[in-house]
Amino acid sequence: MMDVKREVIAIIEDLFMEDISDMMDEDLFDAGVLDSMAVVELVLALESKFSIKIPVSEMGRDDWNTGNKIVAGVEELRNA
Amino acid sequence: MTQWLATLPNLQPYGDPMYFGYLLLALLPIVVGLYFGRRFALYETAVSFIFILLMFTGPHWPQFYALVAYIIWETLLVLAYHHYRQQADNRWIFYGAVGLSILPLVFVKVTPAIDNGHASLLGFLGISYLTFKAVGMIMESRDGAIKELSLWPVVRFLLFMPTLSSGPIDRYRRFEEDYQNLPSRAAYMAMLQKAVWYIMLGFFYKFILAYFFGTILLKPLEGQALAIGGVFNLPTLGVMYAYGFDLFFDFAGYSLFAIAISYLMGVKTPENFNKPFISRNLKEFWNRWHMSLSFWFRDYVFMRFVFVLMKHKVFKNRNVTSSVAYIVDMGLMGFWHGITWYYIVYGFFHGFGLVINDWWLRKKKRTNLARKKAGQAPLPSNWFTIGFSIFLTFNITMFSFLIFSGFLDRLWFH
Repeated sequence: MMDVKREVIAIIEDLFMEDISDMMDEDLFDAGVLDSMAVVELVLALESKFSIKIPVSEMGRDDWNTGNKIVAGVEELRNA
Repeated sequence: MTQWLATLPNLQPYGDPMYFGYLLLALLPIVVGLYFGRRFALYETAVSFIFILLMFTGPHWPQFYALVAYIIWETLLVLAYHHYRQQADNRWIFYGAVGLSILPLVFVKVTPAIDNGHASLLGFLGISYLTFKAVGMIMESRDGAIKELSLWPVVRFLLFMPTLSSGPIDRYRRFEEDYQNLPSRAAYMAMLQKAVWYIMLGFFYKFILAYFFGTILLKPLEGQALAIGGVFNLPTLGVMYAYGFDLFFDFAGYSLFAIAISYLMGVKTPENFNKPFISRNLKEFWNRWHMSLSFWFRDYVFMRFVFVLMKHKVFKNRNVTSSVAYIVDMGLMGFWHGITWYYIVYGFFHGFGLVINDWWLRKKKRTNLARKKAGQAPLPSNWFTIGFSIFLTFNITMFSFLIFSGFLDRLWFH
């Protein structure tokens, strides 16, 4: 069983040079970590890392806007 | 058959204060119903039908038939694609469905450009905005985000009366959830309060400020600017500001009305403007100006286009990818406004503007990172730099509205 949370944090740090481990419930758009461009990069990285398919409509700013929500979303798609 | 349509009086949405008298009177039973936790679907349908009909009566009657044909076309298309998507997911079928759903709009936009300014018979007030809703449903069906779709909810969403003519552009899933889940009495009271405030603010914007800028200031300035002529002159600068404020107060005022009437009907239509003129840069401006349109382009054009470019590794450099996407995104938005040189230039002006803006933000981030490593303080950020950014952004956007207005076309070529 892969530790999804640790992997997500590592991917975000790798892509955007931002450590979000102590702000997992903060809105990443408000914090300036994510923007439309970054979301697409993140989705592609998550898709290849976890072998999942993330629908583009799910990238919305309400559903995938915090670290914890991203982790939950990935876990849900892995178990689907 | 058409005789009776032509003889009925015409009521343009939110066109004058009387319209609100009729509309609020007709909505009263709906408001009372929602207060007691009930939705009178049949009555609501009748009121919506009458007010939509009255938008297209009198001299506009052919548009009514165009609207009916359009709704049938889009509804069948959306439902057929959604049905197909339950069985299979061929990329080309998806592109075909999106292409067919924008086809009527393409006809309407191209016809005047190739037929001496004659309007297409397929056109009607609001077609551009309905197209966004239809395309959005097809895209979300493909993603599997819209799981269920049936005739009546699709028609209800497309024909939602308060936003039919000019938005704000809502999303199917959001709208349907509002429609199905009635607000609690406390929540509805808060919505009513907001609606009343928005209607009053909208009156101030549209019937006072937009009238002041658009009629009292703009008309004489245009006359003076045309009398002097040349490439640019001082009254043209006046036209730029007067038109820009007129555009804002007119459209923001309209949007406030549309949102308010939606709220009265228990639907939280998204906001369209959020103090655009305090933006510090162009990126922020597009998060504050005509938001339901720019967010639509962001979610359905920009992000999907970037996704395809990155997935197939078309460009090695991410900054090239984002730049190309900005220009395509904004260029397309320009074409959507209409096929005239000034709308198209307006679109590309913003596309290139966003590329420059993005470059500057990256440069600033890099510089500050380097200064941090060298133990230096970050670049100054104080009332002067912030004030200057707002001033610069304001003037750049005002200039873009001057292009958009088409006034330069009259000044230069007529």
